[in-house]
Amino acid sequence: MSRGETWFDEAAGPLVRPYAVTRGRTRGGQADLQMITLVIALQRLTSALSAQLDPEHAQIMSFCQHPKSVAEISAEVHLPLSVVKILIGDLIERRLVTFRSAVTPDLQVLQAVINGIRQL
Amino acid sequence: MVYVSSEPGSPVPDLQVTAVKMLVAGGFGVGKTTLVGSVSEIPPLRTEELLTELSRDVDSLAGVEAKTTTTVALDFGRITISPQLVLYLFGTPGQDRFWFMWNELSAGALGAVVLADTRRLDTCFPAVDFFERRGIPFVIGVNCFDGSQQYDIDEVREALDVEGVPVVLCDARLRESCKQVLIALTEHVIKLAVRRQQSSASS
Ligand SMILES: Nc1nc2c(ncn2[C@@H]2O[C@H](COP(=O)(O)OP(=O)(O)O)[C@@H](O)[C@H]2O)c(=O)[nH]1
Ligand SMILES: [Mg+2]
Repeated sequence: MSRGETWFDEAAGPLVRPYAVTRGRTRGGQADLQMITLVIALQRLTSALSAQLDPEHAQIMSFCQHPKSVAEISAEVHLPLSVVKILIGDLIERRLVTFRSAVTPDLQVLQAVINGIRQL
Repeated sequence: MVYVSSEPGSPVPDLQVTAVKMLVAGGFGVGKTTLVGSVSEIPPLRTEELLTELSRDVDSLAGVEAKTTTTVALDFGRITISPQLVLYLFGTPGQDRFWFMWNELSAGALGAVVLADTRRLDTCFPAVDFFERRGIPFVIGVNCFDGSQQYDIDEVREALDVEGVPVVLCDARLRESCKQVLIALTEHVIKLAVRRQQSSASS
């Protein structure tokens, strides 16, 4: 966890206070966000906008100027997936970011995946 | 995955981005993180999920609930195949108590690589069971550790009782070797998809 809020309990593993940054909320908005749902900012993060946002929200806005998965956002801001989903939900509600849900890839996409891996 | 804009009318940049997700499963220490690192364009990233239900801390100050819980960490890598296509590779957590994560992990996954170590083949049984029961396509990557006895691919397939599942020998430390495993998985996924299409067309 960030913010130095990690304690260690030998029996139970690390204890964390993940919901501090969501002001105690453990549920977000309606958006169905999955690990590889892509999130994209709808605005540039100006200093005026930044001043209106919590630091974590601003960090996500800045990171999502290009499409980023929920998992990448979680890694970037050092917060668990379920916490980050709540924060992204806030930004969706304020129309500062949008997201794209996943649907099953077709054969053309699968073939492109093979070609892409070959070229690595 | 093909991404569909959440709001069709909104001014969305980068209109069509497609991404796919593959899983890398197997017992603890079998080389999952190594494989992800070998093919990822970035050093493997680490995300985490909350492990337990929230507990109410009655002693917390100011009437604010202090939520305490433990977390489980997941490694993942990213391969940008083109500006429109991204492949994410997720290592699954090894220990049994993290099984709850597997449902979320496998949702929308194209398929999985189950890594096996021939010195302790049984450690990959739970992963094989999981993907079989959910009908998620998978291949077996036999990670060839130094000093381990060289097994025949057919022997491994038989020991795991996975008829029709590709078994590929690999070294998780080598990019070329890992690429072959991922290609084998994607080809297997295509084969199964084509077979499904044919059988639904003929019925
Ligand atoms: N000899 C050999 N060692 C490997 C191979 N793959 C992984 N290792 C080593 O095995 C150890 C465990 O690998 P790791 O990727 O952390 O396993 P994980 O628990 O499945 O993520 C590391 O020290 C790796 O360097 C391999 O193909 N051959
Ligand atoms: Mg690992």
